[in-house]
Amino acid sequence: MEKRRYKHLVLILAREFASNLATPTLIADDQGTLVFYNEAAEAVVGRPFAEAGEIPLDEWTATFAPRTVDSEPVPAERRPARIALDQRRAAHERYRITSVDGAERLVSVTAFPLFAHADEFVGIVAIFWRE
Amino acid sequence: MRVKIWGCRGSVPTPGPDTVTYGGNTSCVEVSADDGTTFVLDAGTGIRGLGLDLLERGERRIHLCLTHLHLDHLEGLRFFAPLWDERVELDIWGPPSHQLSLQERIARAFSPPLFPVELRDVPAAVTFHDVPREPWTIDRTFLATDFVLHPGPTVGYRIETASASFAYIPDHEPALAGAIADRSTDWISGASLAAGVDALVHDAQYFEDEYEERIGWGHSSVADAVAFTRAVGAGRLVLFHHEPHHSDGLLEQLEDRARELAMRNRGPSPMLAHEGMVVELP
Repeated sequence: MEKRRYKHLVLILAREFASNLATPTLIADDQGTLVFYNEAAEAVVGRPFAEAGEIPLDEWTATFAPRTVDSEPVPAERRPARIALDQRRAAHERYRITSVDGAERLVSVTAFPLFAHADEFVGIVAIFWRE
Repeated sequence: MRVKIWGCRGSVPTPGPDTVTYGGNTSCVEVSADDGTTFVLDAGTGIRGLGLDLLERGERRIHLCLTHLHLDHLEGLRFFAPLWDERVELDIWGPPSHQLSLQERIARAFSPPLFPVELRDVPAAVTFHDVPREPWTIDRTFLATDFVLHPGPTVGYRIETASASFAYIPDHEPALAGAIADRSTDWISGASLAAGVDALVHDAQYFEDEYEERIGWGHSSVADAVAFTRAVGAGRLVLFHHEPHHSDGLLEQLEDRARELAMRNRGPSPMLAHEGMVVELP
C-alpha cells in the first residue's frame, strides 16, 4: 500500500465542516501538525492556509507571539490547542497575538479533542474569535 | 485473484423483466485469493446463490467481510446456506460501533419479529470480529479497511495478494467532503484503500442530475465514481450499487456516461457490474 499519510475520515469531515463556517477554525492531527485552517481564520492570522501549509502547530502558533491580556508570554502548555492535544480535553483562553500583517489582536480560543472512538484520538479543532 | 459479482443492486432487491441483464440482487461479491482462501464481501441477497455454490464446492472455511449493516448488505445472511451447515467455520468481519458489538447488531436481524431462529442457534461455527484499525493478513492475503463517507459506521476493503490488488467500496459519497478533483488524495475519503489497485468496485448509483437531489444519502454520481478512480489511480473501475429505479437500458446509458467522462480525462474505461461477472486479476 502507498506510504502516504492519509487523513482520518473524522479529519476529512472536520475540514469540510470548517470550510463552511464563518467562524475562524483550525484543525490539527494527532501528531500536532496543523493540517487546515479556514478562510475566516485567514483573516485573523493574516495569511492563507495555502501559503502556510502543513506545519507543526507549536511552530505556527509561535509566529504570532501569543501573550496574556497583560502582555505576558503564554507558555505552550497553557495554549488551548496544546492542552487539547496533550491532555485530550477541551480548553479555553483569551490572549493577544501579533498577526503576520503586524496587527495586534485580542482573540479568544476554544479547543477540543476529536475522538473517532473512545480510545482513538485523531486530532483537535480550535475555534477562535477576534474580540 | 478472482472476483465474482453475485449481487450489485443498491438499496433493495429488484427482480423483474427490466433488470435481467445486470440483476436485481443486492450487494455480494466473492473474492478467491491465489491460495484458495474465500472472502465474501457483504451479505445482500446475492449471497444466497453464492452460499449454495460454496457448499457444492465443499468450502468449509469462509470469511464474510461486511462494509456496514444497512439491510441491503445484510438481508441475505439469514439465507446463506453455509450458516446452516455445522461443518462450516464462518468468520464475520465488520465495522466496530460505539454501542453494541458486531454480534449484537447482527443478532437483531435474527430475532422476532424479523426472523424465527436466533443467531445463537445457527449450526455453523461463527466468530465475529471488529475489523482491525491496522492492516492484517488472513492466510497469505493482506487486508486493510478504513472508514468511508456513508451514513453510520461504514468501511471499505482493500484485498491484496502477491500478484494483485482489489478495492471494494460499494456505498460511498466522497464528494460530500468537497469536489474530488480539487483535493489531494490524502484528503479524499477511501483513497487509502483504493490507491493504485488493479480493480476497484465502487458506488455509482446516480446520474449527475439524480445526485443533486440526493446529496447526503451516502452514494455517488457516476461522475464522482470516475473522478475518484482517476484520483486514486485505480486500474479498472467496476460501477456498482445500481439504483433500484434504473432498468437495464438506463444502466447502459450510465455506463456510456462513465466511459465518456473517463475518456475525457484518459482514465480506465469503466464497466457495469452484473450478476455472474468475473474479473480475473491482475
